[in-house]
Amino acid sequence: MSKKILIADDEQNIVISIEFLLRREGFAVLVAGDGEEALAKVRAERPDLVLLDVMMPRMNGFDVCQALRADPDLSGTRILMLTAKGRDTEVSKGLGLGADGYMTKPFSTKELLAEVRKLLGM
Amino acid sequence: MLEAPVVIAVSLCYLGLLFAVAWWGDKRADQGKSIIANPTIYALSMAVYCTTWTFYGSVGRAAVSGIGFLPVYLGPTLVMALGWFLLLKMIRIVKANRITSIADFISSRYGKSHLLGGLVTIIAVVGIIPYIALQLKAVSSSVSLLLSYPDIVMPDRSATMSVAADMSFYIALILAAFTIVFGTRHLDATERHEGMVAAIALESGVKLVAFLAVGGFVTYGLYDGFGDIFEHITTNPELRHLATAIPSGAGYTGWFSLIVLSGMAVLFLPRQFQVAVVENVNEAHLKRAAWLFPLYLLLINIFVLPIALGGLLHFAGQGVDADTFVLTLPMSQRQEGLALLVFIGGLSAATGMVIVETIALSTMVCNDLVMPLLLRHKRMAIEEAKDLSGVLLSIRRGAIVLILLLGYLYFRLAGEAYALVAIGLISFSAVAQFAPAMIGGMYWRGGTRGGALAGLAAGFMVWAYTLLLPSFAKSGWLPDEFLTQGLFGIELLRPQQLFGLGGFDEISHCLFWSFLANIGAYVGVSLLRPPMVAEATQATVFVDALKNNGPVGAALWRGRAKVSDLQELVGRFLGPTRAQTLFVAYARRRGHADGVMLEADAQLVQFAESLLAGAIGSASARVMVASVAKEEPLSIEEVMHILDEASQLRTYSRELERKSRELTAATLELQEANERLQELDRVKDDIMSSVTHELRTPLTSIRAFSELLRDDPRMHLADRERFLGLIVSEAERLTRLINQTLDLAKIESGRADWNGCELDLKEVIEQSIAATSQLFREKGADVELDLPDNPPLILADRDRLIQVMLNLLSNAVKFLAPGSGRVRVALQRLADGLEVSVADNGPGIRAEDQQLIFEKFRQVGDTMTAKPAGTGLGLPISRRIVEHFGGKLWVESVPGEGATFRFTLPFAPVRETAVAVAEGA
Repeated sequence: MSKKILIADDEQNIVISIEFLLRREGFAVLVAGDGEEALAKVRAERPDLVLLDVMMPRMNGFDVCQALRADPDLSGTRILMLTAKGRDTEVSKGLGLGADGYMTKPFSTKELLAEVRKLLGM
Repeated sequence: MLEAPVVIAVSLCYLGLLFAVAWWGDKRADQGKSIIANPTIYALSMAVYCTTWTFYGSVGRAAVSGIGFLPVYLGPTLVMALGWFLLLKMIRIVKANRITSIADFISSRYGKSHLLGGLVTIIAVVGIIPYIALQLKAVSSSVSLLLSYPDIVMPDRSATMSVAADMSFYIALILAAFTIVFGTRHLDATERHEGMVAAIALESGVKLVAFLAVGGFVTYGLYDGFGDIFEHITTNPELRHLATAIPSGAGYTGWFSLIVLSGMAVLFLPRQFQVAVVENVNEAHLKRAAWLFPLYLLLINIFVLPIALGGLLHFAGQGVDADTFVLTLPMSQRQEGLALLVFIGGLSAATGMVIVETIALSTMVCNDLVMPLLLRHKRMAIEEAKDLSGVLLSIRRGAIVLILLLGYLYFRLAGEAYALVAIGLISFSAVAQFAPAMIGGMYWRGGTRGGALAGLAAGFMVWAYTLLLPSFAKSGWLPDEFLTQGLFGIELLRPQQLFGLGGFDEISHCLFWSFLANIGAYVGVSLLRPPMVAEATQATVFVDALKNNGPVGAALWRGRAKVSDLQELVGRFLGPTRAQTLFVAYARRRGHADGVMLEADAQLVQFAESLLAGAIGSASARVMVASVAKEEPLSIEEVMHILDEASQLRTYSRELERKSRELTAATLELQEANERLQELDRVKDDIMSSVTHELRTPLTSIRAFSELLRDDPRMHLADRERFLGLIVSEAERLTRLINQTLDLAKIESGRADWNGCELDLKEVIEQSIAATSQLFREKGADVELDLPDNPPLILADRDRLIQVMLNLLSNAVKFLAPGSGRVRVALQRLADGLEVSVADNGPGIRAEDQQLIFEKFRQVGDTMTAKPAGTGLGLPISRRIVEHFGGKLWVESVPGEGATFRFTLPFAPVRETAVAVAEGA
């Protein structure tokens, strides 16, 4: 059974490119356009991994990450933060809130895949 | 118990007590444990102002004119309350310059002039002698009254009475002895007499107690309190006139003159100057004296009216002199003890005044009159003598005896002509002549020696002509024709209606003319020429006395002197041993542990001069020091230079203070600026972070799609085309972002190019709509136009306005629902400009977002769908463009009902040429 991945990002073109990339690699892909939608989809669909953008409307990535980690049922869900703000403080903030990995935009698709696989234990 | 032996014994005992107090005070002072270093004692010693004139005379005056006795006490009260700073300045000057008397003060101020000191001394002696006579008269009257007890017999002074049998002669001698013992015990550089001050303070206490006792006795013993006595005024027709406060007309002038005169007297009477200024131990004492002394005056005046009224009622028709009521009332009631206490009180008032006044006068006579003459005529003899301190003391003692004898003489010859009050006022008017030279000297740098001499001489002559000579005439010494006919029969020269000035009482008349002459001559002559070196130097010392400078005098001396010469010189006047002690102590203070100074510098010369000044007056001291110290004359330029330096120093220090204040302010400003900078830095960081975020986002898509295309050459053609399209549009977005960021940065930094020209806004709008028509078509949206023809021209940049319009239109399109969208563009004329509105029927903007959308990189929208395309810079740029041309850009919106963006632009300012052309056509 293929691993399920949720892409949460408000930039449509980024979602399109990642979605294409992951589907090609055989993952089941879900999409969310803002923070609240992402949180709802995680609860409903229980993806194995969430690719979480930080700067999202309604609820930013940090808050989503914190909410996910506060829910013991979702402790198995891996979180990979994606952000266009590459500053160290952002990185450590994300990791401090319980994210499992962190990637700075723009990223290489190879590295993204490698990171995804690593987090999914593949 | 009021027989002669008892009275004499009690008097002598009282004088013995004073003697003991004074002796004790001097002894304690020698041990360095001053008993007068106390503000209350200081204030009490100032009460030497209250002489027998107060003690007996106030009642006499009150019996004639009701509260007419008061102005003589109101003057001092006002001066103490409002003019204490004058006293403070005098104290500072006197201490800094070791001034010993008022004559010394004036002579020192105007360049240490012998002539001036001598003139002041003569005025003081001539003016004060009658005043001393007054004291003798009062004491002798009280003695003879007391001795006639139990009868009350007014003293009958017949000219046939021999001097040897006259009691007041002996009183004068006793007072002289007492004064000599305490006033001239030794010569001191500071010329202070602690024992004497202690005795005077005690006397002030005694006279107050005595007066309050008799006042209480009359008010509450003879009558039933104040109310009862004042009842009698209203019931007794003969007394009713006393109830009117101030007699109308000339009365006010009289009051005013008396207040002015007494106010000056309390400052410039030699005895007041002595106790209040020379004997002052600590200038902080002035604070308490400023209210305690007026309080004393109030207390000693409380019972004046009751005693006067009591006396008038009690002795009605018996021919008892009102000046004696204080004593005769207790006597008439057989109150022997009280009568004796009153007598002692009167004696206190008299002795206190006589002692201090003669000490002050004898110092002046010695230092400012005799010494200069001796120095001039017997120069050689004096220089030969090794120790002149004995000579100096002898001069003073002789002066004391002489002054008291003159007082006695005046009393014998003129004593009966005038009531006590009148004699006192003659003295007051004389010392008031010092006021212009004193006050002017402390506050006006321009006063000169010539001015002071002229003023004093003029004032003194007018005083003598209008007040002193008439008093002689009234005493029968002079034919009184000149009083009624005028001098040489010229009516205008009548001394008490000078130049036809009538309607004044004699005191006001004298005050008016003498002050006119005095001040006029002082100011007039002073202005004739600029101050010379010595005058300018002293003017600075006096006028700037409160500015806490070191003595300027030392800086203004240049020359050579030997220490041994100086010490020998001081020793000649103060005694060699005393001089040795003082010089050693001075050397130690200056840091020479062995007490030996090898070189005489300016400060040592100054020190020696000030020591001498205490003994022989500043003018003589200067002459003496000059005889041993070879002074190199300073030119006026040099002196002014030195004085300038002193004032420059003050300027520098003020400058420094100002600088330091400015520094503090600058530090504060720096802190604020720093905080602002840090704030700006944070803002810049945020913007940079936003910009990078905005740049990274399209880059992310571009890179991802590019890699997908590269890694999968067999990708479907449809995907391939779609991805390439997305790459292109993201690249365009990137370009737009970079352009707009640079554009905004240019506008914000003020480096943008603006091409202002007059343009038709309607045309701009139509052009913009044409440029965006494709967008509207794609969305299936309608555009409505409401544009009037020929709108007034405005002044703006065409391309920039098109940029604004394109932004607003493309924003509107962006949020329209496909198919049903409608945008209405209107141009409207306002009073002072045009307004453009772009209204859509899109989702609208929430109230809390209506400001946000004008901030950089802030995009809001219905994010359920997708993030709006665009950079987040369009609106901020548009707003800045509109504002640049003086307009405003804002949004009005109700969520759900669409949004309306509006901007205004003011009319182009009318150009005169255009108007002229239009009118010409």
